[in-house]
Amino acid sequence: MTGFLIRRLLQALIVIVAVMAVMFTLTHLIPGGEARAVLGPKAQPVAIAAFNRENGLNLPLWEQFFRYLWNLAHFNLGFSHVLNQNVTSAIGTALPKTLVLVGLGTVFALVVAIPMGIYQVVRRNKPDDYVLTGFAFLLYAMPAFLLGTLLILWFAVYLQVFPSEAPQSQSVGGIISDPRAMVLPVLTLSAISIASFSRYMRSSMMETMTEDFVRTARAKGAAPRRVLYVHALRNAIIPIITLLGLSIGTIVSGAVITETVFNYPGMGLLVVNSALRDDIPTLLGATFVVTVATIVGNLLADILYAVVDPRIRYAKS
Amino acid sequence: MQNPDDLVRRATQGEGTEQIVVEPSSANDTAALPEDLTDDAIASPSGGDVISHGGLARRIFSVFVENKLAVAGVVVIVFFVLFCYVGPLLYHTNQTNASAALVSNVPFNASPGQGHPLGTDGSGFDILGRLMYGGQVSLLVGFAAAAVATTFGALYGAISGFFGTWIDAIMMRIVDAFLAIPVLFLAIVLAVVFRPSLVVFIFVIAFVSWLIPARLIRGQALSLRIREYVQAVKVMGGSRTRVILRHIIPNSIGTIIVNATFNVADAILLLAALGFIGLGVPAPQTDWGSMLSDGVQTATQGYWWEIYPAGLCIVLVVVAFNFIGDALRDALEVRLQQR
Repeated sequence: MTGFLIRRLLQALIVIVAVMAVMFTLTHLIPGGEARAVLGPKAQPVAIAAFNRENGLNLPLWEQFFRYLWNLAHFNLGFSHVLNQNVTSAIGTALPKTLVLVGLGTVFALVVAIPMGIYQVVRRNKPDDYVLTGFAFLLYAMPAFLLGTLLILWFAVYLQVFPSEAPQSQSVGGIISDPRAMVLPVLTLSAISIASFSRYMRSSMMETMTEDFVRTARAKGAAPRRVLYVHALRNAIIPIITLLGLSIGTIVSGAVITETVFNYPGMGLLVVNSALRDDIPTLLGATFVVTVATIVGNLLADILYAVVDPRIRYAKS
Repeated sequence: MQNPDDLVRRATQGEGTEQIVVEPSSANDTAALPEDLTDDAIASPSGGDVISHGGLARRIFSVFVENKLAVAGVVVIVFFVLFCYVGPLLYHTNQTNASAALVSNVPFNASPGQGHPLGTDGSGFDILGRLMYGGQVSLLVGFAAAAVATTFGALYGAISGFFGTWIDAIMMRIVDAFLAIPVLFLAIVLAVVFRPSLVVFIFVIAFVSWLIPARLIRGQALSLRIREYVQAVKVMGGSRTRVILRHIIPNSIGTIIVNATFNVADAILLLAALGFIGLGVPAPQTDWGSMLSDGVQTATQGYWWEIYPAGLCIVLVVVAFNFIGDALRDALEVRLQQR
């Protein structure tokens, strides 16, 4: 297990540096570069040269990259002239909010999807199973930006039960203290996860119900309820952990859309705004942080999987 | 976007399992025949119809057609292609010149009716015409991006899997690094860097969608390269290019086609998502996602006609492609061909 951990950590580290190199190169290809974005489209070449000199943008790309890595090691992601703020501090205020949104969305998705999957197994091939399957497909076909828009139209404009905008508070506490405004964003974000988790739960549970130990439990005379919830569920739920790890990228991408729809001041909105304003340091920093979070999330899911299921031992080789 | 069951299947399908096995349709029948049958009896069999499976293509087609959802999917796609490309020839609207709309007193945000079957948007553009105009962009980018991504990904994966060893290791680590970046973020960065015109957009979207096909085909290539017939080609002095282009790619074609279908749906969604956040095709061009984005700005006024039509178009087309992809996978799967 220790060997596996070290190997996976090293792998993750290499991928992170590779991603960093790719993103750094890409963002420094932006025509006109940061100077153009900060000084405006009509800036004099002299002013641009001065700006580049001042910010070390005239150095060779590889040297800029190593400087960036060096600063990164000191938790310094550079300075955004567009925001007139350190990128680290901008991310510092945005990241917790996205974590709250993604966390709530994922928990809600699990809370809905797992019972839904189990119920579909109990009632398999009956009308309610088909209805729920259809519902899952409907959610799946609905891109987040459309679902969010429809929810605003129905619940904020027509019924006026929920506000159309997410809480705008600066602090995480302020956001949590306005739960009504969080309902629509969380619903929007969790829809696609509900669809995929419930489908997966259904097939995983179905598979587990055919296992020998389930038959044995039944033969012993265990109550159907006990067989379902104690014997089958505990085994069927393990693959969901892997699925969770694999879904992080999708959920985070969904968060970008959700935050844009509801004007929720998290990482997604930060990325979108920096993209629209050519704010290169913020774009680079925020994308990087999100990617690292995704990689770490995947890693955690892998480890958790091995911890939860003692049958799984990662072999050397 | 793919069907829920595929999320895991696609992600874990590193070592590909699907491939077409071409079997002679009448094989092994003679072995089971009773001995007392004469040649005559064999030539004119009695007792029931002789079932002919026909060629491989026909069998695939017949399994595909059995799937009602897939046929409905094809109908939907054909409808939208006609709607977007033939529609504007029959239904003329101004979709490029906002000031012309201003001069000729076209109402803004007009509700459906009064010469505009689906109303007008915030710039005075007719929405029905705009759906056609934006749909051209969505469909074109979807098809073209999927074609580019699948072609490149398949070649990349085939080469990686065929060579194996350190070449494979390096090539696949590159794929891993790109896959680690959430799709939308990579697409956003690319959209900012390249400020895409319509054509460049195709490549931007292809750039984020070639990774999965590369992985899938690499898995196939790994298992195909040790097959006897591939070894035989090598022994006979066939070049590597020949092995890859004439043997590995054709034998993975099922996986490639199925993946390409899902890729079209994903590309349309990705373009719509980028359009929605304001990084879509440059004005006056538009796509369904950008239209929806405009609709959201006015959603609080309750202008539903700026939301439902574009949303419905996106959902229908994406679902149609997913149904087609599902059916193709069923049709191309080995065990079903034995029916």
